[in-house]
Amino acid sequence: MTQDASATQPPALEMRGITKRYPGVVANDHIDLDVRRGEIHALLGENGAGKTTLMNVLYGLARPDEGRILLDGEPVEIAGPSDAIARGISMVHQHFMLIPVLSVAENVILGSETMSNRVFVDRAEASRRIGALAKSFGFALDPDAKVATLSVGQQQRVEILKALYRDARILVLDEPTAVLTPQETEEIFTLLRRLAADGRSIIFISHKLYEVLDIADRITVIRRGKVIGERRPRETTEKELAELMVGREVELTVDRGISHPGEPMLRVEGLRVADYRRHEAVSGATFEIRAGEILGVAGVAGNGQDELIEAIIGLRRSAGGHVILDGRDVTGFSPRRMNEAGTGYVPGDRHRFGLILAFPLYDNLVLTSYYRPPFAHWIVRDDKAILDSARAQVDRFDIRTPGVNVITSTLSGGNQQKVIVAREFDRSLKLLVLDQPTRGLDVGSIEFIHRQIIAKRDAGTAVLLVSAELDEVMEMSDRIAVMYRGRMVAEMDGRTADKSEVGLYMATGGREPATTEEGATP
Amino acid sequence: MNAIPEALNALPLIGILFQFLGYVAANVTFMSQTTVAVAVPVALAALCGAVCERSGVVNIGLEGIMLTAAFVGWLAGVFAVGMLGHGDPLPVFGITPPLLIGLAAAIGIGMLVSLLHAWLSISARVDQIIGGTIINIGAVGITGYLYSLVANQSLNGAGSFKALAVPKEVADFPLIGWLLNAVLAQGPIGILTIFLVIFLQIMLFRSRWGLRTRAAGEHPRAAETVGIDVIRLRYFNVVMAGALAALAGAWLSMEHGNRFDANMTAGRGFIGLAAMIVGRWTPLGAFGAALLFASATALSASLTISPPSGDLGNLTNQVPGEFWEALPYIITIVVLAGLIGRSIAPAADGVPYERESAT
Amino acid sequence: MSGLAADARRLLARAVNLRLLQVVAEPVLAFVFALIVGGIGIALFSAYVPGHAAFDVGLPIAAYGSLISGFASPNGITSTLVYATPLVLAGLGVAIGFRGGLFNIGGRGQFLIGTVGAMAVVTWIGKDAGPWITIPLALLVGASLGGFAGFIPGFLKATSGAHEVVTTIMLNYVLLFVMAWAVIGPLALPGAPQPITADVSTRNGDLPIILGRDGHLGLLIALAAVPIMWFLLFRTTIGFEIRAAGANPDAARYGGMKTRRLIVLTMTLAGFMCGLAGATTLLGVVHEMTPGYDTTIGFDAITVALLGRSNPIGVALAALLLGAMRAGAQTMQIQAGVPPELVDALQAIILLFLVVNVLRRLMARRKRRPGKGEPAAAAAVPVAGVGIE
Repeated sequence: MTQDASATQPPALEMRGITKRYPGVVANDHIDLDVRRGEIHALLGENGAGKTTLMNVLYGLARPDEGRILLDGEPVEIAGPSDAIARGISMVHQHFMLIPVLSVAENVILGSETMSNRVFVDRAEASRRIGALAKSFGFALDPDAKVATLSVGQQQRVEILKALYRDARILVLDEPTAVLTPQETEEIFTLLRRLAADGRSIIFISHKLYEVLDIADRITVIRRGKVIGERRPRETTEKELAELMVGREVELTVDRGISHPGEPMLRVEGLRVADYRRHEAVSGATFEIRAGEILGVAGVAGNGQDELIEAIIGLRRSAGGHVILDGRDVTGFSPRRMNEAGTGYVPGDRHRFGLILAFPLYDNLVLTSYYRPPFAHWIVRDDKAILDSARAQVDRFDIRTPGVNVITSTLSGGNQQKVIVAREFDRSLKLLVLDQPTRGLDVGSIEFIHRQIIAKRDAGTAVLLVSAELDEVMEMSDRIAVMYRGRMVAEMDGRTADKSEVGLYMATGGREPATTEEGATP
Repeated sequence: MNAIPEALNALPLIGILFQFLGYVAANVTFMSQTTVAVAVPVALAALCGAVCERSGVVNIGLEGIMLTAAFVGWLAGVFAVGMLGHGDPLPVFGITPPLLIGLAAAIGIGMLVSLLHAWLSISARVDQIIGGTIINIGAVGITGYLYSLVANQSLNGAGSFKALAVPKEVADFPLIGWLLNAVLAQGPIGILTIFLVIFLQIMLFRSRWGLRTRAAGEHPRAAETVGIDVIRLRYFNVVMAGALAALAGAWLSMEHGNRFDANMTAGRGFIGLAAMIVGRWTPLGAFGAALLFASATALSASLTISPPSGDLGNLTNQVPGEFWEALPYIITIVVLAGLIGRSIAPAADGVPYERESAT
Repeated sequence: MSGLAADARRLLARAVNLRLLQVVAEPVLAFVFALIVGGIGIALFSAYVPGHAAFDVGLPIAAYGSLISGFASPNGITSTLVYATPLVLAGLGVAIGFRGGLFNIGGRGQFLIGTVGAMAVVTWIGKDAGPWITIPLALLVGASLGGFAGFIPGFLKATSGAHEVVTTIMLNYVLLFVMAWAVIGPLALPGAPQPITADVSTRNGDLPIILGRDGHLGLLIALAAVPIMWFLLFRTTIGFEIRAAGANPDAARYGGMKTRRLIVLTMTLAGFMCGLAGATTLLGVVHEMTPGYDTTIGFDAITVALLGRSNPIGVALAALLLGAMRAGAQTMQIQAGVPPELVDALQAIILLFLVVNVLRRLMARRKRRPGKGEPAAAAAVPVAGVGIE
C-alpha cells in the first residue's frame, strides 16, 4: 500500500484485506480502508454491498475470516464491542440500538454505568452528567425521559450521545440520514463537521450521492463486497459515483412520464385512528387520489403514516371519518373485503406482513386469494391451479428462483419483494397502497419495482405511496402531501415541489414561519 | 348489642357475604399464616421466572426443576441420615445436618438442571417452551423412575425444617399481630423467600446487574453493542434462577412436608409463572399475585379444618370438596385472562440471541 | 439457461435429501442415543432393582430385551396398536396445535373430560338406546367435551392473550377434579363399596373387538383420523389458514384470515382429538373409572407430535413407537424388575436429542471452519415452526 505523501502520521484507522464470508455470499472481499484523524470518510455503496458488514467487523460484531485492523498504525484484535469501545470506536447503527423502556440517561450509560458503589447505579449522577453533555452539544434532551417517547431525530441524538459519552475517537454512522428531514440532516452534518474539527475521525455510510458529496472529505465506493474506487468530492460527480456504485450507467431519476389523472378514486375524509397504545395517531386526515395518479405522503417516521395505511387497508379500526373508494364507502372493511374491492398493498415490513417466509413461494403468491376460484373449490385447494399461476407469475415478474416450491426465506430481498409485487399487482386494481416499497433493495430491483408502479398508474390505478425516505417520494409522486402529527399539513405538485420546503413541513408541520436556512440539496 | 350484625346476617346474599367476612376475621390468624406458607413455592417459582425472563429466557422448565430438587433434596437427606444419623436439631428452625445437606443437594441439582435449560435455550437455540417442556417431562420420568426404585426400601428421611415459634405477645399484638405472625411463623425457606422478594426487587431496578438484565431482555443486540456479554448474562441469570426454583422444590419435600411424592409440584411452577405475569415481571408484584392465588388454598384449608356454621356453613357444605381443590387453578386462569392485556413481557422474551448474523 | 436449470435441480435434490434426513434419520438417531443414555441410567441405579448388584451392565440389556419381547409377539403387536390408538388421536391434536402456532399441554385434562363425557352417555342412555346409538354418541360427546376444554384456553388467548401453556395446564388440574367429582357423584355406580362407575360393557358401551384379544374398534378410528387430518391440513383452505396463522399471524391477518377465530378453532380441534382419545380408551380398554383415574397422554402426545414433526403420518409412526414401548413396559417390569416409568424418562431423552438436532450438529461440526459461529441449521425455530420441517 502506498501511503499518501502528505500524511506525516499513520492513519487513525486502517483496515487491510478484510474478508467476511456468509453462507452463499462473500460480504467483504479483501477490503482496504484508511481513515485519517479529523477526516470525514464516506463509505458509499448500494444496499447489500457490504458496508454494514465491514463496520460490524470494525466494531467487533462480526469476526473477519481474513484481514487486519490497525489503529494509529498498531495492529489490534477487536473481539467484541467492548474491545471496540475501549479503543475509542463507537457506532451509530442504522436501526437504533436503544431500549425503548429505559430512560435517555440509562440508555447512554448502559455498559459504562456511573456507580454509587460496586453494586448500585448512581442514577442521579448519570442524569446530571448526561444532561450536561447534551447541553454542551446543544441537544434539547431530557435525560429522564423514556426513549419510547422521543421522536426519531431525538433518538438519533441519544445514539450520538452514547458515542460522545464514551469519548469516541472513531465514530461510525450507518445511514444516519435515512429517516431525517433535510433540516435535521443539515444539523447532523454541522455536528459531524464540529466533531471532525475536534480531531475525531468519522466514517459516514450512505447510498445517497449528494449527501456524500456534501459532507465527505474522501469517498470510498464499495460494490458487491469489493472496493471499486476512492474519490474526493471536488474531483467527481454524482454521475460517476452512481456508475461506480452500481457498475453500469444508471439514470439518476426515474422517468415517471406524464400522468393523466382521471376521476377521484380514493377519498379519505377526516380519518381518525388510534395506535396500539390507544393514543390518537391519525387525527382527521383528509385527502384525495385520482385514478392514474401517484400521491406521495412524506413525513418523519411515527407521524401516523403506519396507522393511516393500516386503517385504509383494513388492518386497523378507525375511530372516525370515512374512506371512500370509487364512490363506495369502504370504511371499516376487512383486509379481505378491501382486497376484493380492488386494493393492492405492499407492506413496509415485508417479513412481518407481506410474506410467510417458512412457506413455499406458491403459497405466498396466493396469500390473499387462496380461498376463491380457481385456487379453491369450496374448502378444497386446487394445487394445479395454484402451481400454474405461480409459474406464470415467476416468469412475468422476473422472480429469480430455482422453482415455485422453494421456501420463500431462501430468496434474496429483491426477489422476495417481487413475490409481493407479483401477488398485489397482477390484476386490475383501483387502489394501490405502497409503504416504502423499495426499502433495503438493490438498484436493479428498485428500478424494476418503480417501473411496475408507473405502469400500474398509467393503467388507471390510484397509487398511495408512503415513505419516510423523502427522496423516493420526491422522485415518484405526481402530487406530494406531508403528514405531520396525524394530519396532512401541506400538499404540492410533485414536479415543482422544493425539497427543503417539504422538509420544513415534515419538521414543523408548517406552523412556524419558514426560516431561510440553506437546504441540504446541492 | 348484636342486633345489627344479626339483622345483616339474616339478609340473603348480603347476609352470606357478611357471614363470610365474619368467618374470615375469626380465622384470620390461621388463614394469613397458611396463605403466606402456600405462597412460598409459588413466589419462588415466580422469582425464578422473572429473573430468567427479564434477561430474555422463558423458563417453563421450572416446574421440572422444582420436582427434581424436591426429589434430590429428600433423597440426599435420606443418605445423610444413613451416614450421619439425624443429629440434634438446632432450636431455631429445627435445623439438622442431614437437612442442610439435603437443601444443598436440592439447590445444586436445581442449578444443574437450569444449566441444561440455559444451554438448550441460549446455545442450542431450541424453542424455549419446547425445551422447558422436555425438562418437565424428563423430571416427571426420571424422578418417577428413581422414586419407584427406592420406594420399596424402608427409608428414613431427614424430616423437615420447622417454622419459627412466634411468641404469643407478638402474635397477639393489636391490629398487626396476625400479620407479624403470618410472616414470621414460617420455616427458613419461607422467611428467606420474603427476604428474596425485597432483595430482588431492589437489585432488578437499582443495580448494574438489574439494568443490564433488563437491557438484555428488551433489546439484546443493543446491550451487546455497548459491550455487555448477553450470552454470559443470560447463562448467569438462568442458572442462578435455578436455585430459586430449587428452593421451591426443597420447600415441598423438606419444609412443608417431609417426604417426596410423585408429581408433588402439582402445577405450582406454572402458577408461579402466572403470578409473574400478573405481577408484571416484578418480584413484589409476583409475590402479591402469589399471595392472591394462595389465599384460595388457605380458604379451602380453613373450611375443612374449622367449618363455618349457619347459612354459610350450609352453603359451603353443598359445594363439593373438589371445587375447593380446583379453586386456586380456576383463580389463576381467571386472573391471568383478566389482567393480561395490561401486562407486557420483555420485548426479547423467549427470543434466542444470535451474536453474529448476516446483515 | 441450462446452467440455471442444473443449479435448480441440484438445489432441489439437496432439499429432498435434507428432508429425508430430517424426517427419518433424526428421530431414529435420537431414539438410539436415548436408549444408550437410558441404558447407562439403568445400570447406574441397578443396585436398587431386586436381585441386581451395583452398576450391573446386564440389567439394561435384560430390560430392553424384555421390553422388546413385550411387544414383539402376536398379542404384543395388538397391544402395541391398542396403546398407539389414543397416542395417534391425541398426537394429532397436539400436532394441529403446533401447526397453528399453539402449544396444547392440555391433553391430559381434555382426555379426562372426554372420558367423563363418554361415561355419562353410556351411564345415562346405554341401557335403553343400544350400542348403535350409544357408542357413536358417547364418542361424539366425549370428543366434544374435550373440544370444549380446548375451546376455553383458545378463547382466552384470542380475547385476552392469556398464554395457552399456562391456561391449559391450570385447566388440567381443574378437569382432574371435575372428573373425580363426576365419578364420586353423578356417574357413581349405586351401591358400590368404593366410588366407581358402571362397566361400559354392561350398558352397550364397549367397542367391539376386531383384532386379536383386545384390538378394539378404536384402531380403525385412529387409522382413519390420520388421512383425514392430513387432508384437512394440507389440502383444504382451512388447513392453509391454520398453518399460515401459525407461521406468521400478521401476514395471515393481512391475507384476510381471521386469526383470533383460527386460534379458537385450532385449540377446539386439538381438544376434540384429545377428548376422542379419552372416549375411545374408556370404551375400548379401561371400561370403567375410579376417582383416581389418570393418564400420561398429555406428555405422550407432545412427544408423539414432536417426534412426528407435526406431520400426521409422522405422528402415526411415532405413536406406534411409543405404543410399543408402553406395551412392553409391563413385561419389562415383571421380567426385569425395571419400573415402567423408564418409558417416561426415555421419552424426555429422545426429545432432548431430537430438538438439539444431534445429527445435523455432528455433520456441521465436521464441516465447520475455525472462527465460525454456530451452524445455520441449528438456528432456532419459533414456537410456530416447532416440529415442522
